Amino acid sequence: MADKSSKRTEYQNVTEVSGPLMVVEGISDVAYDEIAKIKLPSGEERLGQVLEAESNRAVLQVFEGTRGLDTDDTSVQFTGEVMKFGVSDELLGRVFNGIGEPIDGSPDIIPDERRNIEGNPINPSAREYPREFIQTGVSTIDGMLTLVRGQKLPIFSASGLPHNSVAAQIARQSKVLGEEEEFAVVFCAMGITAEEANFFQKDFERTGALERSVLFLNLANDPAIERIIIPRMALTAAEYLAFDEGMQVLVILTDMTNYCEALREIAAAREEVPGRRGYPGYMYTDLASIYERAGRILDREGSITMIPILTMPDDDITHPIPDLTGYITEGQLVFSRELHRKGIRPPITPGESLSRLMEEGIGEERTREDHSDVSNQLYAAYAEGLDLRDLVAVVGEEALSERDKLYLDFAEKFEERFINQGKEEDRSIDGTLDLAWELLTNIPKKDLKRIDEKWIGKYYPE
Amino acid sequence: MVEEIEESISRMEEPSEEEGEGKIIHVAGPVVEADNLRGAEMYEVVEVGEEGLIGEVIELEEDVATIQVYEETGGIKPGEPVKRTGEPLSLELAPGLIEQIYDGIQRPLEGIVEEAGDFIRRGVDVSPLDEEKEWEFKPQVEEGDEVEHGDILGVVEETTTVDHKVMVPPGKKGVVKEIVSIGEYTINDTIAVLENEDGEEEISMKQRWPVRVGRPIKEKKQPGEILVTGQRVLDTFFPLAKGGTAAIPGGFGTGKTVIQHQLAKWSDADIVVYVGCGERGNEMTEVLRDFPELEDPWTGEPLMKRTVLIANTSNMPVAAREASVFSGITIAEYYRDMGYNVALMADSTSRWAEALREISGRLEEMPGEEGFPAYLASDLASFYERAGICELHGNREGSISVIGAVSPSGGDFSEPVTQNTLRIVQVFWALDTELKNRRHFPAVDWLTSYSLYLDEVSDWWEENVNEHWKSLRRETMRLLEKESELEEIVQLVGPDALPPSDQFALQAARIIREDFLQQNAFHEVDTFCEPEKQFWMLHLMMAFYSTGLEALDEGVTVDELASMDILEKISRMSNYPSEEWERRFNKIEMEMNEEFNELEESLELSSPVDEESGAGKISLSAEEVSLEEE
Repeated sequence: MADKSSKRTEYQNVTEVSGPLMVVEGISDVAYDEIAKIKLPSGEERLGQVLEAESNRAVLQVFEGTRGLDTDDTSVQFTGEVMKFGVSDELLGRVFNGIGEPIDGSPDIIPDERRNIEGNPINPSAREYPREFIQTGVSTIDGMLTLVRGQKLPIFSASGLPHNSVAAQIARQSKVLGEEEEFAVVFCAMGITAEEANFFQKDFERTGALERSVLFLNLANDPAIERIIIPRMALTAAEYLAFDEGMQVLVILTDMTNYCEALREIAAAREEVPGRRGYPGYMYTDLASIYERAGRILDREGSITMIPILTMPDDDITHPIPDLTGYITEGQLVFSRELHRKGIRPPITPGESLSRLMEEGIGEERTREDHSDVSNQLYAAYAEGLDLRDLVAVVGEEALSERDKLYLDFAEKFEERFINQGKEEDRSIDGTLDLAWELLTNIPKKDLKRIDEKWIGKYYPE
Repeated sequence: MVEEIEESISRMEEPSEEEGEGKIIHVAGPVVEADNLRGAEMYEVVEVGEEGLIGEVIELEEDVATIQVYEETGGIKPGEPVKRTGEPLSLELAPGLIEQIYDGIQRPLEGIVEEAGDFIRRGVDVSPLDEEKEWEFKPQVEEGDEVEHGDILGVVEETTTVDHKVMVPPGKKGVVKEIVSIGEYTINDTIAVLENEDGEEEISMKQRWPVRVGRPIKEKKQPGEILVTGQRVLDTFFPLAKGGTAAIPGGFGTGKTVIQHQLAKWSDADIVVYVGCGERGNEMTEVLRDFPELEDPWTGEPLMKRTVLIANTSNMPVAAREASVFSGITIAEYYRDMGYNVALMADSTSRWAEALREISGRLEEMPGEEGFPAYLASDLASFYERAGICELHGNREGSISVIGAVSPSGGDFSEPVTQNTLRIVQVFWALDTELKNRRHFPAVDWLTSYSLYLDEVSDWWEENVNEHWKSLRRETMRLLEKESELEEIVQLVGPDALPPSDQFALQAARIIREDFLQQNAFHEVDTFCEPEKQFWMLHLMMAFYSTGLEALDEGVTVDELASMDILEKISRMSNYPSEEWERRFNKIEMEMNEEFNELEESLELSSPVDEESGAGKISLSAEEVSLEEE
């Protein structure tokens, strides 16, 4: 690549710089999506990417920001390549910045191959349907919102809620039953604070996960525009580890809200027709090109399981970012401020949350035969308890029947003992289901309509 | 009409070498502009760039054509060539479509795996149908027969459940000069020669048809027969007719896709075309993996034997997503023309509308509501209007039922795609996020959903299932409406302030909601509920309500009714398999009446004052009960 680019022309004809974009004219032979090297008057070099290619003119987005660019001395050299990331099995344990350069002080890696970071869509007929249960050790997830290998299950959080500590707990505790192999973690930070990034790095270090991790860091004070490409680099690394090296990879993307903000910034700079709330109309497709890279492939060992984290602006789940994400991902873990205020951790609210791949991942030979029924019964009983809680607020507890009081009490206990658990507490799936049965003894036995009589006979605690 | 189409296909003749090649002057995402294309027509297919990516002309100005490209355009440069093909985007229609999975422009995904591996590279060229395979063709005409468009020349057994009828293509007619004898032929072999005033014409099993043009029919008819889906809330409350249109809007997680899959699995259509349009890859994989193993309850054969899949998932090129629903409906029309009842599921039409929006945005068109193009409504209509039950050429009848999922942003039904869809479709299955949060599935909101086919299909129910269907349905709806009114009062004053009959109505409505309206798609038996079973389930539940109301009059308390043992049995009715439900239901009815009698008898014992009048009434209600049983 170096040889090729040295022969390439340097263009000096920058005619416009605006926001994250610049326009170069008088060029020829420039491809859509091509990467360009931009030399500033100060001698500094930055990377840019072609957003619009015409015969003699190109619009570029500049990754490290346009500060210091001018229309006189700035020169542009096109590389003849689209954005690529060098992959190799030496990736593990390394830390990269937003344009894929190592920032951990160790030498550059020598890539086996340089891959287009956009990747290619997995052919639906080559996919393997995800169904291996991942035990995260968190009861609410394992029992009611089961995660399976190859699933994309985001955390819908909000500012001030403990999504980082829960994500770290999942990364730390996750395992597939009956297999020794631990997950390799690809961690991608987009616009989070140095403090948050340190938290994850420290946690990985403490548990020894760091040597099985690849970190991609774009922090709050790094150029926003790099957030567009950093998840794609992270996923290119993840695809290599999973589908070439056969590893089980867990990808954590945080915070997708910052990613979407960057997307909006570019759309606005290009004066595109906006969709809802100023976000571009193609945001669904763009997000899908990230989330859909999770999965499993027939006859390949590895898998990519993805946990994107996003903070819902103003706790609003109908905001375009959580909304479009929910339409693409296979469920969502919704954090509730109300549970958090009550001191319940993790504050995952089962009602609004969902795991679409749960049914296939549980049951006999995967978790336990009674799992599906027990989970349905927990939902039903907790929903009834919550309804009654609302009613009590209106008419007072005296107006309730004995049966109603049992449900009210069940909801309390369910939150305190089932949802609530410690940061280091790692519950087995059997433990989670046994706990569920124990809690269900608090409501009348004949109300257990969602559970097959067989399982009541076998598992009901006497 | 037919002639015009024929003409337009043939008029776009192969362009000559020099006028056929343009040059790219602008690339931005899926939209490319090329000049030197004078003579190109709207919607003509072109090959873009060195790699020959497939594109379609969507705007013309002087000699500059704007092209939407069906593949990724990264790395494409201005200056690369654009070649005209002289043909609109068309499908190949012949035996071999069933059991296939295609992308939005009929490229076979299995074939792409063989050609390009597990990831979809661009520029892969694979033939949509197996050109080598030999099919056993059985002729049904003889030399000298006069045939025209739609007449059946012969039959090929495409799968164990589908007889593929080889028809005279639209616009063709004549006297059969030659017809091959029974034997094995590929889709490209000539199987007949027709002679007419223009000369002789060779006919093969393969037809080509442009996706954006509806295949010709004689006339549309009024739908009347129900499309049985085996889903209680749909069949009983909001039935869809064969040849009808339905929309399923719902926020994320409300179960649109599960309902679409359920319909694809259990509806009594002959052919199912499932279009995964801008949705998840894993969902298509699920269909691919499940359908060959699931048994069609109507034929006993694997479901895949009647299914065609089109998968243009969310991460596949957006322009091909726009084309995918038209590809789907063209295949559906082709099988309808053979006289089949076809059901087409489009999941999701919102993603299709977003593809329109994206392309429109790149063209810098003036946007309408929420950035969608102003022609959204007419484009939606042009898709749904291709549904219908039709009188066909060749004196047959066939139908296409279209069920479109809608994914409204923020779950808000006032957005443009939902609203424009509702203006077209006849059946509205509204999915509710609140119901989903309580895990009430299918989350069809029984108060806002509707079906305009109710009158038409009631006759079917009454003839085939039970003459009391209409009144039973009406009574139940009335109870459910009453429940929602009462709920509002309860929210203000609590349940105790209600009279016993209203408290009991709440209980009865709850039984309907939990044990009838809810249906477990993942339960082996409950996943499909035949119409007879639906009727008798509902009958028993409503019998519980009416008998309970009488018991209340006798002095039985609401709490006593609420703790009756029979309730648990009623709640398990849905899980009794088809061979035993009738016997079990009879038993439940008997036990229910016994339990009511016991309740009332114990009442007599505890309050001897009322003995005389009470006894009279009980024997009366016992009589009513025995009448009902008959």
